Amino acid sequence: MSREWPLWEIFVRGRRGLSHVHVGSLHAADAQMALRNARDLYTRRQEGVSIWVVPASAIMASSPEEKDPFFDPAADKIYRHPTFYTIPSEARHL
Amino acid sequence: MSEERFGQAIAADQRIEPRDWMPEAYRATLIRQIAQHAHSEIIGMQPEGNWITRAPSLRRKAILIAKVQDEAGHGLYLYSACETLGADRADLLDMLHSGRQKYSTIFNYPSLTWADVGAIGWLVDGAAITNQVALCRCSYGPYARAMVRICKEESFHQRQGFESLNALAHGTPGQREMAQDAVNRWWWPSLMMFGPQDDKSPHSAQSMEWRIKRHSNDELRQKFIDMTVPQAEVLGLRLPDPELRWNPARGHYDFGAIDWAEFRRVVSGDGPCNRQRMEHRVAAHDGGRWVREAALAYAAKLRQRGNGHHGGRPDQEEAVA
Repeated sequence: MSREWPLWEIFVRGRRGLSHVHVGSLHAADAQMALRNARDLYTRRQEGVSIWVVPASAIMASSPEEKDPFFDPAADKIYRHPTFYTIPSEARHL
Repeated sequence: MSEERFGQAIAADQRIEPRDWMPEAYRATLIRQIAQHAHSEIIGMQPEGNWITRAPSLRRKAILIAKVQDEAGHGLYLYSACETLGADRADLLDMLHSGRQKYSTIFNYPSLTWADVGAIGWLVDGAAITNQVALCRCSYGPYARAMVRICKEESFHQRQGFESLNALAHGTPGQREMAQDAVNRWWWPSLMMFGPQDDKSPHSAQSMEWRIKRHSNDELRQKFIDMTVPQAEVLGLRLPDPELRWNPARGHYDFGAIDWAEFRRVVSGDGPCNRQRMEHRVAAHDGGRWVREAALAYAAKLRQRGNGHHGGRPDQEEAVA
Protein backbone atom coordinates (compact mmCIF):
# COMPACT_ATOMS: atom_id res chain seq x y z
CA MET A 1 0.00 0.00 0.00
CA SER A 2 1.18 3.51 -0.77
CA ARG A 3 2.40 5.45 2.26
CA GLU A 4 0.42 8.50 1.13
CA TRP A 5 -3.27 9.13 1.66
CA PRO A 6 -5.21 8.55 -1.57
CA LEU A 7 -6.82 11.38 -3.56
CA TRP A 8 -10.59 12.03 -3.41
CA GLU A 9 -12.67 14.18 -5.72
CA ILE A 10 -15.20 16.36 -3.90
CA PHE A 11 -18.71 17.32 -5.03
CA VAL A 12 -20.82 19.81 -3.10
CA ARG A 13 -24.55 20.56 -3.30
CA GLY A 14 -24.77 24.30 -2.76
CA ARG A 15 -28.35 24.28 -1.54
CA ARG A 16 -31.51 22.24 -1.83
CA GLY A 17 -32.67 22.06 -5.41
CA LEU A 18 -29.17 22.16 -6.97
CA SER A 19 -27.03 19.25 -8.16
CA HIS A 20 -23.73 18.34 -6.61
CA VAL A 21 -20.92 20.17 -8.40
CA HIS A 22 -17.24 19.27 -8.50
CA VAL A 23 -15.24 21.69 -6.34
CA GLY A 24 -11.78 20.12 -6.15
CA SER A 25 -9.92 17.30 -4.49
CA LEU A 26 -8.17 16.39 -1.27
CA HIS A 27 -6.17 13.57 0.29
CA ALA A 28 -7.63 11.41 3.07
CA ALA A 29 -7.05 7.96 4.51
CA ASP A 30 -10.66 6.83 4.02
CA ALA A 31 -14.10 8.00 2.93
CA GLN A 32 -15.17 9.20 6.39
CA MET A 33 -12.07 11.33 6.75
CA ALA A 34 -12.50 12.60 3.19
CA LEU A 35 -16.03 13.75 4.10
CA ARG A 36 -14.91 15.53 7.26
CA ASN A 37 -11.94 17.14 5.55
CA ALA A 38 -14.14 18.19 2.64
CA ARG A 39 -16.49 19.88 5.10
CA ASP A 40 -13.59 21.81 6.64
CA LEU A 41 -11.96 22.61 3.31
CA TYR A 42 -14.82 23.36 0.93
CA THR A 43 -17.73 24.49 3.16
CA ARG A 44 -16.17 26.82 5.74
CA ARG A 45 -18.67 29.50 4.77
CA GLN A 46 -21.80 27.42 4.41
CA GLU A 47 -21.16 26.74 0.72
CA GLY A 48 -22.91 23.39 0.92
CA VAL A 49 -25.70 21.28 2.39
CA SER A 50 -24.42 17.92 1.12
CA ILE A 51 -21.05 16.48 0.07
CA TRP A 52 -20.06 13.50 -2.08
CA VAL A 53 -16.52 12.14 -1.99
CA VAL A 54 -15.31 9.81 -4.74
CA PRO A 55 -11.92 8.07 -4.96
CA ALA A 56 -10.15 9.89 -7.79
CA SER A 57 -9.05 6.51 -9.14
CA ALA A 58 -12.73 5.53 -9.60
CA ILE A 59 -13.42 8.29 -12.10
CA MET A 60 -13.33 7.40 -15.79
CA ALA A 61 -13.20 10.45 -18.04
CA SER A 62 -13.77 10.89 -21.74
CA SER A 63 -10.62 11.87 -23.55
CA PRO A 64 -10.24 15.37 -24.99
CA GLU A 65 -8.44 13.86 -28.02
CA GLU A 66 -11.58 11.93 -28.88
CA LYS A 67 -13.78 14.92 -28.28
CA ASP A 68 -14.85 15.27 -31.90
CA PRO A 69 -15.61 11.64 -32.79
CA PHE A 70 -17.08 11.04 -29.34
CA PHE A 71 -19.59 13.86 -29.47
CA ASP A 72 -20.03 14.00 -33.25
CA PRO A 73 -23.11 11.77 -33.40
CA ALA A 74 -25.15 14.57 -31.80
CA ALA A 75 -23.98 17.25 -34.22
CA ASP A 76 -25.98 16.15 -37.29
CA LYS A 77 -29.26 15.50 -35.50
CA ILE A 78 -30.62 18.99 -35.55
CA TYR A 79 -34.14 17.53 -35.71
CA ARG A 80 -33.75 16.93 -31.95
CA HIS A 81 -34.15 20.66 -31.42
CA PRO A 82 -37.60 22.25 -31.43
CA THR A 83 -36.41 25.05 -33.72
CA PHE A 84 -35.96 22.47 -36.52
CA TYR A 85 -39.72 22.39 -37.16
CA THR A 86 -41.74 24.86 -39.14
CA ILE A 87 -45.08 25.55 -37.58
CA PRO A 88 -47.78 27.79 -39.11
CA SER A 89 -47.80 31.05 -37.22
CA GLU A 90 -51.52 30.80 -36.48
CA ALA A 91 -50.92 27.61 -34.44
CA ARG A 92 -50.58 28.84 -30.84
CA HIS A 93 -48.99 27.38 -27.71
CA LEU A 94 -46.62 25.07 -29.58
CA MET B 1 -6.36 18.70 -28.36
CA SER B 2 -3.37 19.37 -30.56
CA GLU B 3 -0.74 22.07 -30.43
CA GLU B 4 -2.81 24.04 -32.92
CA ARG B 5 -5.94 23.71 -30.82
CA PHE B 6 -3.99 24.82 -27.73
CA GLY B 7 -2.86 27.97 -29.55
CA GLN B 8 -6.40 28.65 -30.74
CA ALA B 9 -7.85 28.18 -27.25
CA ILE B 10 -5.31 30.61 -25.76
CA ALA B 11 -5.91 33.14 -28.53
CA ALA B 12 -9.68 32.89 -28.08
CA ASP B 13 -9.26 33.41 -24.33
CA GLN B 14 -10.65 29.98 -23.55
CA ARG B 15 -9.55 27.94 -20.55
CA ILE B 16 -7.17 25.00 -20.82
CA GLU B 17 -8.41 22.01 -18.83
CA PRO B 18 -6.36 19.21 -17.21
CA ARG B 19 -6.64 16.58 -19.93
CA ASP B 20 -6.13 18.96 -22.86
CA TRP B 21 -2.87 18.83 -24.78
CA MET B 22 -0.48 21.53 -23.56
CA PRO B 23 3.18 22.34 -24.22
CA GLU B 24 5.45 20.74 -21.64
CA ALA B 25 6.86 24.16 -20.78
CA TYR B 26 3.34 25.48 -20.09
CA ARG B 27 2.74 22.55 -17.75
CA ALA B 28 6.12 23.00 -16.03
CA THR B 29 5.60 26.75 -15.62
CA LEU B 30 2.18 26.21 -14.06
CA ILE B 31 3.39 23.48 -11.73
CA ARG B 32 6.22 25.74 -10.56
CA GLN B 33 3.96 28.77 -10.10
CA ILE B 34 1.01 26.98 -8.46
CA ALA B 35 3.30 24.98 -6.16
CA GLN B 36 5.12 28.15 -5.11
CA HIS B 37 1.76 29.78 -4.50
CA ALA B 38 0.54 26.78 -2.43
CA HIS B 39 3.76 26.72 -0.42
CA SER B 40 3.37 30.45 0.27
CA GLU B 41 -0.11 29.87 1.69
CA ILE B 42 0.97 27.23 4.15
CA ILE B 43 4.24 28.90 5.16
CA GLY B 44 2.16 32.08 5.49
CA MET B 45 0.34 30.49 8.42
CA GLN B 46 3.45 30.87 10.57
CA PRO B 47 3.91 34.63 11.05
CA GLU B 48 0.28 35.05 12.12
CA GLY B 49 -0.09 31.71 13.86
CA ASN B 50 2.64 33.09 16.10
CA TRP B 51 0.04 35.48 17.61
CA ILE B 52 -2.99 33.21 18.08
CA THR B 53 -2.32 32.50 21.75
CA ARG B 54 -1.55 36.17 22.42
CA ALA B 55 -4.42 37.86 20.58
CA PRO B 56 -5.69 40.71 22.77
CA SER B 57 -9.34 39.60 22.90
CA LEU B 58 -11.49 36.56 22.23
CA ARG B 59 -12.94 38.33 19.18
CA ARG B 60 -9.51 38.95 17.66
CA LYS B 61 -8.41 35.43 18.52
CA ALA B 62 -11.43 33.81 16.83
CA ILE B 63 -10.88 35.98 13.75
CA LEU B 64 -7.18 35.12 13.61
CA ILE B 65 -7.82 31.38 13.94
CA ALA B 66 -10.36 31.56 11.10
CA LYS B 67 -7.90 33.48 8.96
CA VAL B 68 -5.01 31.09 9.55
CA GLN B 69 -7.36 28.18 8.83
CA ASP B 70 -8.27 29.88 5.53
CA GLU B 71 -4.57 30.07 4.62
CA ALA B 72 -4.30 26.31 5.13
CA GLY B 73 -7.41 25.89 2.96
CA HIS B 74 -5.94 28.11 0.24
CA GLY B 75 -2.81 25.99 0.23
CA LEU B 76 -4.94 22.86 -0.19
CA TYR B 77 -7.03 24.36 -3.05
CA LEU B 78 -3.78 25.16 -4.81
CA TYR B 79 -2.10 21.79 -4.22
CA SER B 80 -5.29 20.24 -5.57
CA ALA B 81 -5.08 22.43 -8.71
CA CYS B 82 -1.39 21.56 -9.10
CA GLU B 83 -2.14 17.85 -8.94
CA THR B 84 -4.46 18.15 -11.96
CA LEU B 85 -1.24 18.80 -13.94
CA GLY B 86 0.18 15.45 -12.90
CA ALA B 87 2.24 16.69 -9.96
CA ASP B 88 2.24 14.52 -6.86
CA ARG B 89 1.42 16.07 -3.46
CA ALA B 90 4.19 14.26 -1.62
CA ASP B 91 6.75 15.36 -4.24
CA LEU B 92 5.62 18.97 -3.99
CA LEU B 93 6.05 18.99 -0.22
CA ASP B 94 9.39 17.29 -0.60
CA MET B 95 10.54 20.00 -3.00
CA LEU B 96 9.45 22.68 -0.53
CA HIS B 97 11.24 20.98 2.33
CA SER B 98 14.45 20.49 0.38
CA GLY B 99 14.42 24.09 -0.92
CA ARG B 100 13.98 23.10 -4.58
CA GLN B 101 10.72 25.04 -4.74
CA LYS B 102 10.29 28.43 -3.17
CA TYR B 103 7.59 30.41 -1.39
CA SER B 104 6.95 34.15 -1.24
CA THR B 105 9.81 36.10 0.36
CA ILE B 106 7.33 38.06 2.46
CA PHE B 107 6.93 35.21 4.95
CA ASN B 108 10.59 35.33 5.86
CA TYR B 109 10.00 38.52 7.84
CA PRO B 110 9.17 38.24 11.55
CA SER B 111 5.87 39.28 13.17
CA LEU B 112 7.28 41.13 16.15
CA THR B 113 4.20 42.76 17.69
CA TRP B 114 0.42 42.35 17.67
CA ALA B 115 0.22 45.27 15.22
CA ASP B 116 2.04 43.11 12.69
CA VAL B 117 -1.06 40.91 12.43
CA GLY B 118 -3.05 43.97 11.33
CA ALA B 119 -0.31 45.15 8.98
CA ILE B 120 -0.02 41.70 7.40
CA GLY B 121 -3.78 41.57 6.79
CA TRP B 122 -3.89 45.07 5.34
CA LEU B 123 -0.66 45.15 3.30
CA VAL B 124 0.40 41.56 2.65
CA ASP B 125 -3.10 40.27 1.95
CA GLY B 126 -3.84 43.48 0.06
CA ALA B 127 -0.86 42.85 -2.22
CA ALA B 128 -1.82 39.18 -2.52
CA ILE B 129 -5.38 40.12 -3.56
CA THR B 130 -4.06 42.49 -6.24
CA ASN B 131 -2.01 39.61 -7.66
CA GLN B 132 -4.72 37.03 -7.25
CA VAL B 133 -7.61 38.97 -8.77
CA ALA B 134 -5.53 39.07 -11.96
CA LEU B 135 -5.03 35.29 -11.74
CA CYS B 136 -8.80 34.61 -11.64
CA ARG B 137 -8.65 34.95 -15.44
CA CYS B 138 -5.58 32.75 -15.86
CA SER B 139 -5.74 30.45 -18.89
CA TYR B 140 -5.50 27.25 -16.83
CA GLY B 141 -9.01 26.36 -15.61
CA PRO B 142 -8.32 24.66 -12.25
CA TYR B 143 -5.91 27.44 -11.20
CA ALA B 144 -8.35 30.17 -12.22
CA ARG B 145 -11.19 28.47 -10.31
CA ALA B 146 -9.06 28.07 -7.20
CA MET B 147 -8.20 31.77 -7.42
CA VAL B 148 -11.86 32.78 -7.59
CA ARG B 149 -12.54 30.85 -4.40
CA ILE B 150 -9.46 32.27 -2.70
CA CYS B 151 -10.22 35.87 -3.67
CA LYS B 152 -13.70 35.64 -2.13
CA GLU B 153 -12.11 34.63 1.15
CA GLU B 154 -9.17 37.05 1.04
CA SER B 155 -11.43 40.05 1.25
CA PHE B 156 -12.22 39.19 4.88
CA HIS B 157 -8.49 38.86 5.55
CA GLN B 158 -7.69 42.33 4.36
CA ARG B 159 -10.66 43.97 6.05
CA GLN B 160 -9.96 42.37 9.44
CA GLY B 161 -6.36 43.58 9.17
CA PHE B 162 -7.40 47.11 8.33
CA GLU B 163 -9.96 47.16 11.15
CA SER B 164 -7.41 45.89 13.67
CA LEU B 165 -4.77 48.37 12.55
CA ASN B 166 -7.32 51.18 12.55
CA ALA B 167 -8.20 50.41 16.17
CA LEU B 168 -4.52 50.65 17.12
CA ALA B 169 -3.88 53.75 15.01
CA HIS B 170 -6.70 55.54 16.86
CA GLY B 171 -5.86 54.05 20.26
CA THR B 172 -3.32 55.11 22.90
CA PRO B 173 -0.05 56.77 21.83
CA GLY B 174 1.72 53.45 22.50
CA GLN B 175 -0.71 51.53 20.28
CA ARG B 176 -0.39 54.13 17.57
CA GLU B 177 3.37 53.89 17.68
CA MET B 178 3.16 50.10 17.46
CA ALA B 179 0.91 50.36 14.39
CA GLN B 180 3.28 52.81 12.71
CA ASP B 181 6.27 50.60 13.46
CA ALA B 182 4.53 47.58 11.90
CA VAL B 183 3.68 49.56 8.75
CA ASN B 184 7.30 50.80 8.57
CA ARG B 185 8.55 47.24 8.55
CA TRP B 186 5.93 45.65 6.22
CA TRP B 187 5.58 48.31 3.51
CA TRP B 188 8.70 47.61 1.44
CA PRO B 189 8.56 43.82 1.66
CA SER B 190 4.89 44.05 0.53
CA LEU B 191 5.97 45.93 -2.61
CA MET B 192 8.52 43.20 -3.30
CA MET B 193 5.72 40.62 -3.35
CA PHE B 194 4.96 41.62 -6.94
CA GLY B 195 8.35 40.30 -8.01
CA PRO B 196 11.23 41.89 -9.91
CA GLN B 197 10.78 44.86 -12.25
CA ASP B 198 9.40 43.93 -15.65
CA ASP B 199 12.76 44.19 -17.44
CA LYS B 200 14.30 41.83 -14.85
CA SER B 201 11.55 39.23 -14.74
CA PRO B 202 12.75 36.30 -16.84
CA HIS B 203 9.51 34.30 -17.16
CA SER B 204 7.08 37.19 -17.57
CA ALA B 205 6.89 37.51 -21.35
CA GLN B 206 6.15 33.83 -21.94
CA SER B 207 3.62 33.73 -19.10
CA MET B 208 1.84 36.75 -20.55
CA GLU B 209 1.76 35.10 -23.96
CA TRP B 210 0.20 31.97 -22.44
CA ARG B 211 -2.20 34.17 -20.46
CA ILE B 212 -1.08 32.66 -17.21
CA LYS B 213 -0.19 36.21 -16.27
CA ARG B 214 -2.50 39.04 -17.31
CA HIS B 215 -0.61 42.06 -15.98
CA SER B 216 3.06 42.79 -15.49
CA ASN B 217 4.72 42.92 -12.07
CA ASP B 218 5.17 46.69 -12.29
CA GLU B 219 1.56 47.29 -13.34
CA LEU B 220 0.24 45.32 -10.38
CA ARG B 221 2.67 46.97 -7.98
CA GLN B 222 1.54 50.41 -9.14
CA LYS B 223 -2.11 49.41 -8.82
CA PHE B 224 -1.54 48.26 -5.25
CA ILE B 225 0.28 51.47 -4.30
CA ASP B 226 -2.47 53.61 -5.83
CA MET B 227 -5.11 51.77 -3.80
CA THR B 228 -3.15 51.69 -0.57
CA VAL B 229 -1.92 55.29 -0.18
CA PRO B 230 -5.43 56.71 0.40
CA GLN B 231 -6.14 53.87 2.86
CA ALA B 232 -3.03 54.86 4.85
CA GLU B 233 -4.45 58.37 5.04
CA VAL B 234 -7.66 57.00 6.57
CA LEU B 235 -5.57 55.13 9.13
CA GLY B 236 -3.56 58.28 9.80
CA LEU B 237 -0.36 56.26 9.38
CA ARG B 238 2.66 57.25 7.30
CA LEU B 239 4.03 54.98 4.58
CA PRO B 240 7.84 54.93 5.00
CA ASP B 241 8.76 56.38 1.62
CA PRO B 242 9.69 60.08 1.41
CA GLU B 243 9.38 59.99 -2.39
CA LEU B 244 5.79 58.78 -2.33
CA ARG B 245 3.63 61.47 -3.95
CA TRP B 246 0.78 61.84 -6.42
CA ASN B 247 1.89 62.50 -9.97
CA PRO B 248 -1.02 64.13 -11.81
CA ALA B 249 0.74 63.78 -15.17
CA ARG B 250 0.97 60.00 -14.79
CA GLY B 251 -2.27 59.64 -12.87
CA HIS B 252 -0.38 57.45 -10.38
CA TYR B 253 1.65 57.76 -7.21
CA ASP B 254 5.41 58.00 -7.73
CA PHE B 255 7.44 55.99 -5.27
CA GLY B 256 11.05 55.50 -4.19
CA ALA B 257 13.50 52.82 -5.26
CA ILE B 258 12.94 49.30 -3.96
CA ASP B 259 15.96 47.62 -2.38
CA TRP B 260 16.28 44.71 -4.81
CA ALA B 261 19.52 43.59 -3.20
CA GLU B 262 17.49 42.84 -0.06
CA PHE B 263 14.90 40.99 -2.16
CA ARG B 264 17.57 38.80 -3.73
CA ARG B 265 19.13 38.16 -0.33
CA VAL B 266 15.80 36.97 1.12
CA VAL B 267 14.96 34.90 -1.99
CA SER B 268 18.30 33.14 -1.81
CA GLY B 269 17.67 32.10 1.80
CA ASP B 270 19.24 34.86 3.85
CA GLY B 271 16.16 36.67 5.15
CA PRO B 272 15.46 37.18 8.86
CA CYS B 273 13.37 33.98 9.26
CA ASN B 274 14.07 31.66 6.30
CA ARG B 275 15.67 28.94 8.38
CA GLN B 276 13.12 29.16 11.19
CA ARG B 277 10.17 28.91 8.76
CA MET B 278 11.58 25.85 7.06
CA GLU B 279 12.60 24.12 10.28
CA HIS B 280 9.12 24.65 11.69
CA ARG B 281 7.50 23.36 8.49
CA VAL B 282 9.68 20.24 8.31
CA ALA B 283 9.22 19.53 12.04
CA ALA B 284 5.42 19.76 11.63
CA HIS B 285 5.54 17.41 8.65
CA ASP B 286 7.82 14.88 10.34
CA GLY B 287 5.94 15.12 13.63
CA GLY B 288 2.67 14.38 11.85
CA ARG B 289 3.97 11.31 10.06
CA TRP B 290 2.76 8.82 12.71
CA VAL B 291 -0.73 10.34 12.51
CA ARG B 292 -0.85 9.89 8.74
CA GLU B 293 0.41 6.34 9.03
CA ALA B 294 -2.01 5.48 11.84
CA ALA B 295 -4.93 6.79 9.77
CA LEU B 296 -3.88 4.62 6.84
CA ALA B 297 -3.48 1.57 9.08
CA TYR B 298 -6.92 2.18 10.61
CA ALA B 299 -8.53 2.54 7.18
CA ALA B 300 -6.87 -0.70 6.05
CA LYS B 301 -8.10 -2.52 9.16
CA LEU B 302 -11.68 -1.32 8.63
CA ARG B 303 -11.58 -2.52 5.03
CA GLN B 304 -10.23 -5.88 6.15
CA ARG B 305 -13.06 -6.32 8.65
CA GLY B 306 -15.56 -5.30 6.04
CA ASN B 307 -16.54 -2.19 8.04
CA GLY B 308 -15.24 0.22 5.46
CA HIS B 309 -17.37 2.36 3.26
CA HIS B 310 -18.83 0.32 0.42
CA GLY B 311 -20.14 3.15 -1.70
CA GLY B 312 -23.56 2.68 -3.14
CA ARG B 313 -25.88 5.32 -4.44
CA PRO B 314 -25.04 8.48 -2.53
CA ASP B 315 -28.46 10.02 -3.07
CA GLN B 316 -30.07 7.12 -1.23
CA GLU B 317 -27.75 7.49 1.70
CA GLU B 318 -28.50 11.13 1.79
CA ALA B 319 -32.21 10.37 2.09
CA VAL B 320 -31.51 8.27 5.17
CA ALA B 321 -29.24 10.89 6.75
